[in-house]
Amino acid sequence: MDQNSAHRLKRRGLKFLHLVGLFIAMLIICMPGLWIVLSSLRPTVEIMAKPPVWIPQDISLDAYRAMFGGAGQGGIPVWEYFRNSLVISITSTIIALTIGMAGGYAFARYKFKGKSGIFLGFMLTRAVPGIALSLPLFMIFARVGIIDTHFAMILIYVALNVPFTIWLIDGFFRQVPKDLAEAAQIDGCTRWQAFWQVEFPLAGPGIASAGIFAFLTSWNEYALASQITRSVNSKTLPVGLLDYTSEFTIDWRGMCALAVVMIIPALTLTFIIQKHLVSGLTFGAVKG
Amino acid sequence: MKSVNLAGSLTNVMSATGHDMKFPKFSAPTLLLLPAIVVLAAVIVLPLLFSLYSSFTPFRLTKPESIWVFIGFRNYVSVLTNIEFWTAFGRTVLLLTVALNAEMFLGLGLAMLVNKATHGQRLLRTLMMFPMMFSPVLVGFQFKFLFNDNIGFVNNALQSLGLTTNAIPWLIDGNLALFSIIVAEVWSSTAVFAILILAGLLAMPQEPVEAARVDGCTPWQTFRYVTWPYLMPFAFIAMTIRSLDVARAYDIVKIMTDGGPAKRTELLWTLVGRTAYSDARMGLANAMAYISILLSILFTVYFFRKLAAARQQIGAEW
Repeated sequence: MDQNSAHRLKRRGLKFLHLVGLFIAMLIICMPGLWIVLSSLRPTVEIMAKPPVWIPQDISLDAYRAMFGGAGQGGIPVWEYFRNSLVISITSTIIALTIGMAGGYAFARYKFKGKSGIFLGFMLTRAVPGIALSLPLFMIFARVGIIDTHFAMILIYVALNVPFTIWLIDGFFRQVPKDLAEAAQIDGCTRWQAFWQVEFPLAGPGIASAGIFAFLTSWNEYALASQITRSVNSKTLPVGLLDYTSEFTIDWRGMCALAVVMIIPALTLTFIIQKHLVSGLTFGAVKG
Repeated sequence: MKSVNLAGSLTNVMSATGHDMKFPKFSAPTLLLLPAIVVLAAVIVLPLLFSLYSSFTPFRLTKPESIWVFIGFRNYVSVLTNIEFWTAFGRTVLLLTVALNAEMFLGLGLAMLVNKATHGQRLLRTLMMFPMMFSPVLVGFQFKFLFNDNIGFVNNALQSLGLTTNAIPWLIDGNLALFSIIVAEVWSSTAVFAILILAGLLAMPQEPVEAARVDGCTPWQTFRYVTWPYLMPFAFIAMTIRSLDVARAYDIVKIMTDGGPAKRTELLWTLVGRTAYSDARMGLANAMAYISILLSILFTVYFFRKLAAARQQIGAEW
């Protein structure tokens, strides 16, 4: 009896500790983001206050209004940056997805010589650090004269996204049983029809999530964009974020507001794909 | 009738040529992989070859004709004998070792915490992924804000709680700045490990764990000898993914300290960027970049191998 209650007490204690641990972990994960959102809503005076003001006194959307109200505050052309980011990310995602689908299908369905070598080779191109790649690209693009254009950024992001897209899509196609396509072919479909009408719809959600992943990579990329883009012609949001820093001062509130604008599309898209993303990445873990 | 016949015969002809004549050398997988190979060759491999060449020249952006002067390994010699380079190299390795190990342990802990939760697992999993959506630039900026010595959240909190009276110079003191960068890096990438390890925990069969418990294993033994081997491949996938973009740290450092104070947080990548764009010494920078590329590639191949090995072990057991 005594042992029983001691055991129960220990169990409750462990459960309590578990909850506390979970709470602290989640707090650490969420706090920085929430702090940014909060700061974007407060006036600069309150952010800079000494001693700190913990309970917000004066909440307003002024920072957002100033940001999107044309070249008002500091003259940072947020709309142009936003449009550049959107055009570059969407176009490069569509192209990368098309190329990635072809490649992923080849890896998932065919046996050929040097398959794992080619696969590793593709992955290794992704391991080249952006800053190291930016040097030769800068020199070549300057020569060709496509520095500071959408075309240059789209080209780069397609190349950055293709390896990872192939990895993900390869995994999703492997999850579709081979027999289905074969059965369709026996029933009189061509290989192409079997692909479009059987395998593609089944792998569809996975492919969509690979697309969202590619979109996010382009949306968030900084190291290359900071060197190749020069002006409002092609500057993307991550590069634009630095416009809020001048030599000695930083407009924290404006920066926070732009950060929120950047994170909202990323947040929304990631929520949509989270399930597929994990299954796509882990598929290769257990089955070669 | 006639047109149908025509169409039929046309497809016959086309399929015949397609099979026998037109592309005698290209098989289906080659054709499918061709676009990917072309793009990667044009945007990544060719520029890298070009930068390999220019690393043997004294090329400066301001003197375009210097690209034609060949100086052999002089850039590499001056890089490899440069104390600044080796400090940055050592610091990069230190940062990666500390950060990746911390991410691994914290990710494992986080995954187990979430896995144990009985309610709201979906919500917890979503919250867990939160940092992954942040662009590294945003992470850098956000932690620059939090660690600001004057108005930052960290100092404000410490002072309000009465733990310290003076402002701690998080990003101004060299060692503290490196620590702050590691915190930012760990915050942003622990999610990768946590998610993949959690996926492993969810996919794992429960019988071996129960069997171990029946056989009288302690919780630690059960974890060490039953659970952990199952999780290994998932941890290695996370490692492989992370090693594909370890250079994320460049963005974070660039924003938070830009290699300062007094080059105390200079990493390989920020050093490359500074040499190339501020000093305009492209040839030298390319030589450095090549060494950092080799480092990344070694890292990736190592974990790719480990992944394959762990996968085989699991495959044999299942």
